[in-house]
Amino acid sequence: MSESLILIAYVAASALFILSLGGLSRQETARRGNLFGVAGMLIALVATAAHPRFEGFPVLVGTLTLGAVVGSALAARVRMTSMPQLVAILHSFVGAAAVLVGFATALEPGPGLSPAEHGLHQAEVFIGVCIGAVTFTGSVVACGKLQGFITGSPWLIPGRHVVNLIAAAAVVWLGVRFVTNPDGSLVPLLIATAIAGAFGVHFVLAIGGADMPVVVSMLNSYSGWAAAAAGFMLSNDLLIITGALVGSSGAILSFIMCRGMNRSFLSVILGGFGAAPGQSPAPGAAPAGEVRSIDAPRTAELLAQTRNVVIVPGYGLAVAQAQHAVSQVTRHLQQRGVRVRFAIHPVAGRLPGHMNVLLAEANVPYDIVHEMDEINETLDEVDAVLVIGANDIVNPSALDDPASPIAGMPVLEVWRARTVVVMKRGMASGYAGVENPLFFRDNTLMLFGDALKNVDAILASLRTG
Amino acid sequence: MRVAIPKEIHPGERRVVATPQTVLRLRKLGFEVAVQSGAGAETGFADAQYIEAGAIIVSDVRALWSGAGVVLKVRPPEHNPALDIHEADLIDAGAVLISFLWPAQNPELLSRLAARRVTALAMDCVPRITRAQKMDALSAMANIAGYRAVVEAASHFPRFFAGQTTAAGKIDPAKVLVIGAGVAGLAAIGAARSLGAIVRAFDTRHATRDQVRSMGAEFLELDLKEEGEGHGGYGREMSAAFIAAEMALFAKQAMDVDIIITTALIPGKKAPQLITAGMVESMKPGSVIVDLAAEQGGNCALTRPGEVVVHKGVAIIGHTDLPSRMASQASQLYGGTVVALLEELWRDGAIRVEMDNPAVRGALVAHDGQITWPPPTPPPPPEPGVAATAPKPEPPAALIKKPTRDRTFLWLALAGGALAGVGLVAPPSFLGHFTVFILACFVGWQVVWNVTPALHTPLMSVTNAVSGIILIGGMLHLSHRPSTATVLGALAVLLATINIAGGFLVTNRMLAMFRRK
Repeated sequence: MSESLILIAYVAASALFILSLGGLSRQETARRGNLFGVAGMLIALVATAAHPRFEGFPVLVGTLTLGAVVGSALAARVRMTSMPQLVAILHSFVGAAAVLVGFATALEPGPGLSPAEHGLHQAEVFIGVCIGAVTFTGSVVACGKLQGFITGSPWLIPGRHVVNLIAAAAVVWLGVRFVTNPDGSLVPLLIATAIAGAFGVHFVLAIGGADMPVVVSMLNSYSGWAAAAAGFMLSNDLLIITGALVGSSGAILSFIMCRGMNRSFLSVILGGFGAAPGQSPAPGAAPAGEVRSIDAPRTAELLAQTRNVVIVPGYGLAVAQAQHAVSQVTRHLQQRGVRVRFAIHPVAGRLPGHMNVLLAEANVPYDIVHEMDEINETLDEVDAVLVIGANDIVNPSALDDPASPIAGMPVLEVWRARTVVVMKRGMASGYAGVENPLFFRDNTLMLFGDALKNVDAILASLRTG
Repeated sequence: MRVAIPKEIHPGERRVVATPQTVLRLRKLGFEVAVQSGAGAETGFADAQYIEAGAIIVSDVRALWSGAGVVLKVRPPEHNPALDIHEADLIDAGAVLISFLWPAQNPELLSRLAARRVTALAMDCVPRITRAQKMDALSAMANIAGYRAVVEAASHFPRFFAGQTTAAGKIDPAKVLVIGAGVAGLAAIGAARSLGAIVRAFDTRHATRDQVRSMGAEFLELDLKEEGEGHGGYGREMSAAFIAAEMALFAKQAMDVDIIITTALIPGKKAPQLITAGMVESMKPGSVIVDLAAEQGGNCALTRPGEVVVHKGVAIIGHTDLPSRMASQASQLYGGTVVALLEELWRDGAIRVEMDNPAVRGALVAHDGQITWPPPTPPPPPEPGVAATAPKPEPPAALIKKPTRDRTFLWLALAGGALAGVGLVAPPSFLGHFTVFILACFVGWQVVWNVTPALHTPLMSVTNAVSGIILIGGMLHLSHRPSTATVLGALAVLLATINIAGGFLVTNRMLAMFRRK
């Protein structure tokens, strides 16, 4: 295949990738979008392999087969609740691949570069490797946090901002050495990679569990920039385009997540949310009042008597794997003529859109799954709200307590409904470590215990009742 | 400000406007509450209970009324025979009176109150709008009346309501006909149903059919098509043909059913006569008629208000005091509605009559020396099914526009500077790629903003798979010769392939789950 034909194939692949992301904008076209992505990838692969000077067929076939088997196995096995971890670990692969490609390029630079081009090429390699290293280690740590191997609370070393600044200065200095050194020694690059890797670990460790959705989407963005940087070092437009698409997509997702929590991007990255001393409410400031509890049969009775119910799922639902039981409760209530809707807060779960995926898995039709704003407009007319394993996203102090760490974060104003039933394991505070006055409100009833057991009990009562 | 709770003087009235619970609510609002000694005695509340709730007890009637900024009552003010003075003349000029007033029937009382410059609010005139539901005393009382009607019927009815098959013989269930499916009618249906009777109901308003069925009764229909929905959710008068058909239906039903409960009222008019003497005589001996419209003239020709008459074996109950017969319950609910209306007037520690508050305006019958009844007609309710979609107010442009414009300028300047810097130092071969990069960023930005939030997780796994395109970078380093670069390239290809396969497959799995009902 001629060079020109390969370039045309790359153009086709780029267009398919853009169509792929465009297709995901709506449910109706989403699956087609995914197929466009697959097609683009195949075209790019075949075109590259068809290059006249390509000579690595045996190695390529071997690695492709192995990679495809491993990847398919991962995708087929993963449970929908573990999706965040899978996404994080896949990001780390892209980061690692970017590092490897960078080193390979540094060892075997392309032929015939002018001195100016050589310097630029070295700089591109250096930047690509550093981004790749941060993505790699950061994603591994994020995966560990999501899986629970590593504690979810922020891990802060003293003077961390100073340490980060020193690290950044060192990386810049090493970069200058690497670019200007004519003999192409790899030592500065290796050291910089190590520093960038350590920075990635530290940077994700410092971010609290509640900010995980932002981190995951940010790493998504980084993996794109890493691919784009590899495109620059290899002078490959397809890599640049694809990397830029992924990079900006991840950036937008991070931005949306931050807006969902009313936090600036910078404050998330600087980390340490929910752990700063002095932010935790003093014991005397804890919300006063009585917590009234309810049992599952009475909850079922309550739900059966209503006309208009909203269910607010949170991470606790995912942990308890209660989505299927909730879906059946929904169907039961619908058969009794009750209007049931789901309210999804932008940051519910540990990944953007996490709750939608879980509910979809449990066959909840997506036209009864609504966003926060749509539900908030109608909450006054709602008879009962069932909060399952969510806490911070239904905390009224975000609106009425300026001293609260989550002040100003948009929340689901569930307390405006006639009755609120909150399903929770106990009175512990949520990921943000903030007390929730909702539990003490007059129209709030607490249903303590494992979410799955309770939802099953409600279902059983509905069936017999 | 002091709120006075007088004892009701109407003969047979056992209700009181405030229970100790109501007093607590009034105290919370910041009122001083004065209760006439023995006001709650007939209801079952001792003076001591009021004191406990924070009220003071006043035994002198004149002292109670004078000096009170707000007087709450159940029955309209009337002549007090013990003191030989009309209650309306006891109220301080300029004070507020909240009570049932029935302005249509009591024009003389209305002008008396206006002359004393009393701000009078009639609980019976609170409009039937969503916002005013908590002040809807008529519905609260009608609910009680409906329930009590069934209890009264049961106490005069010599048989069971529910059918039974026993060793001593089979008992047929009682058949109950409820005429008028308003609040009282529906409450009566519910009570009769739970006693086990077979219940049928009729209403001129076709819209009530589903409500009747939801209570478990059979809805009787005429073959005629005429709609009886009048203003404010009450019935209206019907045409002659309709009434003829209706009467034929009742005549037929009267021969079959054991109990008839009538609740048909037309606001401001005499109650329609629906059950003739002939129909009564056609009923089985031992049957019972409860006429909830007795006070407005009765739905049955033989009804005598306030009495129980037995005509040829059929008991016709004309009690006009059904809520009062459940005084404690009625007082508690009525008190709640009165306080809810008072809350609408109570603004920052003072009484303020807001004419643009539809609940207050509807109930206000006299204010500032003027008779303010009837209120101007409110706009008709929106057609059912056509949602009222008010245009969303535009956000004030100045509030959001200004800061963004300043910022935008700053960013543009920064971006321009950065671009100029790149243009100064970079070789032309780089700039080609750079152009592509910037354009791709913009395309990505535009495309991804359109993605619906529900699809953010699939979006992330697709972009993840797509970023596996780094595979190509690895491929470019593959060769036959075993070198470090080849090994690194092969590893990169392996990792990227895992990513591509995993990302696309998992996206596919997720998208397969999204479905529409």
